[in-house]
Amino acid sequence: MSLSKELIEQKLREKFSGENIVFTEYRDELTISFDKKVVVEVCRFLKDDDELQFKLCEDVTAIDWARRKNRFTVVYHIYSLKNNFRLSLKADVDESDCSIDSVSSIWKTANWEEREAYDMYGIKFNNHPDLRRMYMPEEFEYHPLRKDFPLMGIPGSNPLPKK
Amino acid sequence: MQKLTKEDVHPKIVQALLQDTDITVEDALENEMILNMGPQHPATHGVLRLLLRLDGETVIACVPELGYLHRGYEKMAENMTYYEFIPHTDRLDYLAPMANNVAWVLAVEKLAGIEAPPRAQYIRMMITELARIASHLVAIGAFAMDVGALTVFLWTLREREKILDIWDILCGARFTNSYTRIGGVANDAQPEALAKVKWFVDQYLENLDECERLLNTNRIFIERLEGIGVVTAEDAIDLGLTGPSLRGSGVEFDLRRSKPYMFYNEMDFKVITYPEGDSLARYFVRADETRESIKIINQILDKMPAGETLLNQPKKVLPKKTEIYSKMEELIHDFMIVNFGINPPEGEIYSAVENPKGELGFYLVSKGEGRPWKCKIRSPSFVNLQVVPHLVKGHMISDVVAIVGSIDPVMGEADK
Repeated sequence: MSLSKELIEQKLREKFSGENIVFTEYRDELTISFDKKVVVEVCRFLKDDDELQFKLCEDVTAIDWARRKNRFTVVYHIYSLKNNFRLSLKADVDESDCSIDSVSSIWKTANWEEREAYDMYGIKFNNHPDLRRMYMPEEFEYHPLRKDFPLMGIPGSNPLPKK
Repeated sequence: MQKLTKEDVHPKIVQALLQDTDITVEDALENEMILNMGPQHPATHGVLRLLLRLDGETVIACVPELGYLHRGYEKMAENMTYYEFIPHTDRLDYLAPMANNVAWVLAVEKLAGIEAPPRAQYIRMMITELARIASHLVAIGAFAMDVGALTVFLWTLREREKILDIWDILCGARFTNSYTRIGGVANDAQPEALAKVKWFVDQYLENLDECERLLNTNRIFIERLEGIGVVTAEDAIDLGLTGPSLRGSGVEFDLRRSKPYMFYNEMDFKVITYPEGDSLARYFVRADETRESIKIINQILDKMPAGETLLNQPKKVLPKKTEIYSKMEELIHDFMIVNFGINPPEGEIYSAVENPKGELGFYLVSKGEGRPWKCKIRSPSFVNLQVVPHLVKGHMISDVVAIVGSIDPVMGEADK
């Protein structure tokens, strides 16, 4: 018996009645967008609710929209092993306040995923236990997956290690 | 060997290493040892660097450092068409390139809203399962070699060689295959290739038993792995483990079963789980999974339908080469697809498949252009590696090798 989209919608609307939560569906996948202030509460609710049980966090990443008002969107893909149901969560982040609360206290997986997103997009995750760069060296100043970072790289930005 | 000093390690890494302790850096380097393992260490399966804080021979803390093989595939994907990225997926998990090819084209097809013909899907399933066997064979062999049983490595690689020969007949390449195409596969599976697959599955189980007898009755092998690196089911889910490593903890999660793609819902196979959660259980899961793969391949060979292997959808699928040379329409479509791409409709999808290492997902965002606006590769090795610091804590330094081997990371995929 799989989980119905209506049930998730109804539960979230009940719990977060004051918040602006948008439900969209594309190619049979449900996406929930909300304000970045409630990200921790929504995620904790989705994980801890007895009927939903989204216990597996598959992926945390971000999208750089380049010219939009809210430049970044942080995207979470979570999975409910109990219901065999995948859900995408989205929260917009603006460049002027480029930070969002970390969900690594809810899913331990998010630790590295958020570090990767920080490395690639420069989005700061508040309350993250160990926010270092994932792939690039610690001295690197740029964030490579931002749209304004050129494909060929910036010459001299990544110096060779000293002998 | 030079002793590592404080200056050789970045202060932030030192800070991560010295978490949950009140001793100062000077003290730590004085009383305990910080050992640098990798990136050029044969047992780390590539360029994984582990910084270990040791008290005597016991590991107190471990900080993995990734990025030595970071090629920026996500950035490159944003700057090339969907077709052009197929060869790059070979270089992700280079032990199972066919499985990555399939994962990528399934994601693009989902984004574009098309579906390959049944025969192509069956061929894809067959190569995915063969790739799973090949990958698990390397995993078992290398794992046994890490803990000191060298012979098995030669025997499992002998078996894998036969699969590479099948690739050779099927698509002309042994290692980096790029066999799939959007909307199908590059060419139909030749009768010789199918005959070779049949021959392979018929003799495989006997040879696997032979390899297993070497290991399962080997007391050194068993004692080095039993109870080493135990992860409970709850922790495994929390840490995002997928694939054989998760099933070794007793969680019955396999995307082929829980979210069937292609024709896996018509296949009869068992999801292998072992409840122990230690390194030995993860090895057992891999060995048994290849048996299930053989079962699936046998069913595929029986059921494989005849018909087209490439979808007839001129705006999305490259036409056949012979037709490009003789027909104007096809030439135009070929020109448009090669130069401008397939332009899937605006939208975003996440498509995940069960790869040998775990769940390989592609998150694609399209703006209706020929190139993806964003491509995120959710690689199983990357997420699975996160469990290593939790597993090695309190174990001896020689167990680190066994634990990393049992997780079976491929750095090409972890570093993207």
